[in-house]
Amino acid sequence: MDAHIQVKNLNVYYGKQQALKNVNIEIPKNQITVIMGPSGCGKTTLLKSLNRFLELTDGTQITGEVLVDGQNIYAHEVDVTEVRKVVGLLAQRPSPLPMSIYDNVVYGMNIHRMKKDRKEYKAAVRHYLEIAGLWDEVYKRLHDPATSLSIGQQQRLCLARGLAVEPEIILGDEPTSALDPISSQNIESRLIELKKQYTTVIVTHTLRQAKRLADYVIYMYLGEVIEAGSAREVFNNPQHERTRAYLEGQI
Amino acid sequence: MGLMKRHWQRRHFVEAFMISMMRVSLFIVSAALGLILWIVVVRGLPAISWDMVTKIPEGGYYMGKGGGILNAILGSLYLASGGTFLAMIFSVPIAMYLKTYLGDSKWGHYVRLSLDVLWGIPSIVYGAFGFTLMIALGIRSSLLAGIIILALIELPIMTRAMDEVIRRMPVDLEHAALALGSTKFEVALRVVTRQMLPGITTAILLGFGRGIGDAASVLFTAGYTDRIPTSLMRPTASLPLAVFFQLGSPYPEVQQRGYAAALILTIIVLAVSLGSRWLSARLNKYTIK
Amino acid sequence: MNQMDSTNTPQSINKTTGRLSRPVVASRTRQNNFAQRTFFIFTLLPVLLILVVAIALFVRSWPILNAYPLYDLLFGKVWKPTNGQFGFLPFIAGTFWVTAVGILLAVPACLLVSIYLAEYAHARTRSIAKPILDLLAAIPPVVYGVWGLLAIVPFVDKVLAPLSDRWLDSVSIFSVNQPTGFGILAAGIVLAVMIAPLIIAVMYEIFSTVPNDLRHASLAVGATRLQTIRNIVLPQVAPGILAAIVLGASRALGETIAVLMVVGNIPQMPTSIFDSAYPLPALIANNYGEMMSIPLYDAALLSAALVLLVVILIFNILSMLVIQRMLRRKWV
Repeated sequence: MDAHIQVKNLNVYYGKQQALKNVNIEIPKNQITVIMGPSGCGKTTLLKSLNRFLELTDGTQITGEVLVDGQNIYAHEVDVTEVRKVVGLLAQRPSPLPMSIYDNVVYGMNIHRMKKDRKEYKAAVRHYLEIAGLWDEVYKRLHDPATSLSIGQQQRLCLARGLAVEPEIILGDEPTSALDPISSQNIESRLIELKKQYTTVIVTHTLRQAKRLADYVIYMYLGEVIEAGSAREVFNNPQHERTRAYLEGQI
Repeated sequence: MGLMKRHWQRRHFVEAFMISMMRVSLFIVSAALGLILWIVVVRGLPAISWDMVTKIPEGGYYMGKGGGILNAILGSLYLASGGTFLAMIFSVPIAMYLKTYLGDSKWGHYVRLSLDVLWGIPSIVYGAFGFTLMIALGIRSSLLAGIIILALIELPIMTRAMDEVIRRMPVDLEHAALALGSTKFEVALRVVTRQMLPGITTAILLGFGRGIGDAASVLFTAGYTDRIPTSLMRPTASLPLAVFFQLGSPYPEVQQRGYAAALILTIIVLAVSLGSRWLSARLNKYTIK
Repeated sequence: MNQMDSTNTPQSINKTTGRLSRPVVASRTRQNNFAQRTFFIFTLLPVLLILVVAIALFVRSWPILNAYPLYDLLFGKVWKPTNGQFGFLPFIAGTFWVTAVGILLAVPACLLVSIYLAEYAHARTRSIAKPILDLLAAIPPVVYGVWGLLAIVPFVDKVLAPLSDRWLDSVSIFSVNQPTGFGILAAGIVLAVMIAPLIIAVMYEIFSTVPNDLRHASLAVGATRLQTIRNIVLPQVAPGILAAIVLGASRALGETIAVLMVVGNIPQMPTSIFDSAYPLPALIANNYGEMMSIPLYDAALLSAALVLLVVILIFNILSMLVIQRMLRRKWV
């Protein structure tokens, strides 16, 4: 397996409570990895350890390593903003910035001074809105506030905003849980299209979504990784008792 | 892959610089507190003696030699307790009414706004207002006038402090009481009063702290005297004015009394402030959150 | 009052179930209604009090407002009550200078501290900073005055004035004309420390209203915290920040004793921050004793209080409205 991300001996504590217990996994390149498990099992914690979002919460302690392309992102000399540029995040609830649709897409590129002039920015905005499948719906009103979009459109806008800084990895924290079924399906098909270029890690608590999306599966229970493997193996022939129980709907 | 290694960009320098500026600012603000306390202690401590806190000034507050500041200590305690008590009588019903009947309604919003505005009126204006009242009513500077004006100054602080505390009281409890068939007044009396206890204590301490430190308003209303007041209609000394007047004296002995008064005033105010913190944290344990 | 009707629900419930006929319930309902009316009158108190203060001051200052045109009072430069000359301009200018210096010194530091506490600091730092700010807010004005007298005035006199005299003498607002230390700068420094706790507390509250989702959205694309604050947080809270500054200014405008002790109290038109000044509150406090002995003097001083009150009310109400709106803001 061509591992893009390697997690080694990762332990996370919120205060005295241990949220992740000695996690060791590898996440394959240019595939969709789905982290699943019952709620409160540390899925989101594991996901947010990958773009160093955990440290935004007071009192979090992290030990162990997370290697992206062999580089430990928790190493002292690593710049956290560069990590987050390489590892993009699609949040649970769409979070459009309080500015126009156009400015939302430009925001990250501007932060990293990625383009030279207005013309380049304009072209890039169009490019990423097209990738996110939003261009046709918004090209006439690019300078309307982003909040005027529907929730589903907002989530695709957030996808475009994340992609615009040219990440290699996309994290999705239950990215469709706030959306209606049609918008969810739209996002899912975007993610499947995008997996050729991006390593994608999705947290979900619906088993059916996991089955639709996953190439690779990580099953977690109470802060531990119980089982990890290719989707076909895990879904058809789970090695572990707990995984089987979950897949059969007993947890 | 060195892609994620820190290459110091302009924005990182700017951020590091700003953070250090923020820390410096926080340090300056904290240092100001330290410096104020230090100066008051260094000047006040040598001036404190048994005579200082048990005797009234001998031969006039501005010139006299021996004696102490008992007149100011007692005067201030009378003024601030009286003012706080008077303000309590009005602020408790207002805070209760705000909670039980007005809630977040429009009128409640206006009442809170007017309290906040009252809070912002400087004490010199209250003092001037007190002066007009005294002329209208034909009373001279007295303990009573001082108490009334301090009550007006403390009223908005105390009401808002109580209001903020009971606003955090859960609605469930109140609804449960209403569901059991209590009228709103009964809710106010039983449930809210119990829940208000931390609010009332915090408010009393805050009001007292503000009242005892206020100088500009008592200047007009309570006057100043070397005696300990024996009746509500007599003028009275107060600690803030004891500091203000006696520091202006050319005699070092009298200045000593000013420094002693400043230290005692500071100790009282800090004790009250810390006490309200401690008490409200403690009392909060016994109320439903 | 619409609210009054809706608060009567216990009564209406009782009506529909017919239980109102029971005497105990009826008396309890009466008690409720009576209490409601009494309480309501109590809430009128704060609103009335503002009006009463304003009206009383207006009535008492009417003799002088009647005798002189308002323009002459507000913009007259000569203050000689014994000659019947009541020009407030030097005092208004003094108030303005002192407040402006206080605000200019306080705002940058307050903004930095509140940003630090709201956006960067750990919970532990916050739990240390909060009581420090509370204590600073609790210290009485007269103690600030003592501090100003013993520390700030000598500091201005021995350190700042010589420095300014040496390096900034050509700039007129920094030139040292009256080298005593007493003056606008000393008063401004004292005021800045006095109003800092309030401004920081309000700014902190305002920053806290911004939902974390917005910050995280910006951080997630690789923005630094500072970039997030500048691009996302600050534009959202700008009106509230401005309101916090105006609120601080309104406190500074009315501060009396502490300023009085360090500002020098010379009625003149200041031209430099090292000049002495004589703000309005100091004027009122210093002369209350002779108020009744000179014709129109009391009316003049009370009209000074009225001017102060009106300006502060305007500042206060405007900033409070903005702040309350910010704190109640609903985020989508």
